Amino acid sequence: MTAWHVHVYIQLKDGVLDTQGKAVERSLHSLGHDSLQAVKIGKYVQLWINADSEQSARQQAVRMCDDLLVNGIIEQFSVEVEGE
Amino acid sequence: MKTAVIIFPGSNCDQDVLYAVRNTLGTEVRAVWHGEREIPDGTDLVILPGGFSYGDYLRCGAMAARSPVMQAVIDHGRRGGLLLGICNGFQVLTETRLLPGALLTNRIPAFICRPCLLRVESTATPFTSMYAEGQVVQFPIAHADGRYTLPDDELKALEDRGGVVFRYCDGAGNVTEESNPNGAMNGIAGIVNEGGNILGLMPHPERASEAILGGVDGCAFWRSIFSTLQERRV
Repeated sequence: MTAWHVHVYIQLKDGVLDTQGKAVERSLHSLGHDSLQAVKIGKYVQLWINADSEQSARQQAVRMCDDLLVNGIIEQFSVEVEGE
Repeated sequence: MKTAVIIFPGSNCDQDVLYAVRNTLGTEVRAVWHGEREIPDGTDLVILPGGFSYGDYLRCGAMAARSPVMQAVIDHGRRGGLLLGICNGFQVLTETRLLPGALLTNRIPAFICRPCLLRVESTATPFTSMYAEGQVVQFPIAHADGRYTLPDDELKALEDRGGVVFRYCDGAGNVTEESNPNGAMNGIAGIVNEGGNILGLMPHPERASEAILGGVDGCAFWRSIFSTLQERRV
């Protein structure tokens, strides 16, 4: 059994207005960052999971996303798994 | 009529709701802690109150929707029992998927606390039967995450079945961009499920249930529920 370090990145789906990102975008523009095109703000969650394989760790992480971490109506996510 | 008000860590409108039901109807109302596994036998109405359950961690209402008492609450709703979510309670109901959609950060990301005008879109619910269709009522709002959102096809389905119960409006009952405080799709402030027994709304009828607190438009909300339950018993 290995402990796996799982990185979960959660973003609002495309087409769902990200008010926080928009506010930060405006603020950066007002500071003179004219080349900035867009800002999106999401969540970064780290999990440490005991599992026999990387695949099992990934599957468990995805289940945790479905059960609680992510609201599939408005959010999308991606998972990266690292061995420790 | 027996009412149960669920209290989560961080709920802060529970006492207001307990008081409003007791004061308006004089019926039995009990507080139930979120860690319980059951709601009292014979409960007719379950209310999920406003507040900041679990500190709004992760997403508003997400943790509360998975707390121990919620299985009993969900079972109550699925059996056809009356279930009401106000503000944070509405967010909890969407997180349980008993109601469609989600509530996102307001269009202008700030906490808004002020009186608000609403148009009653449907009186064919147990919660609004004593209002007139199209009636304009005033309930306060107090939220930072009230922008009701759902995919276009689901929005159409919700509208087509008459599931929208309250919409933000102006004094003449017009639903406009200006009358929409939070950017909710189609100005939606409150919705009901297909079964008609589960309602969620962002505004607070319990804070509009006594003249000294600024209005009595919420009283008909509680009386509608009472009247519905009386009729069911006949």
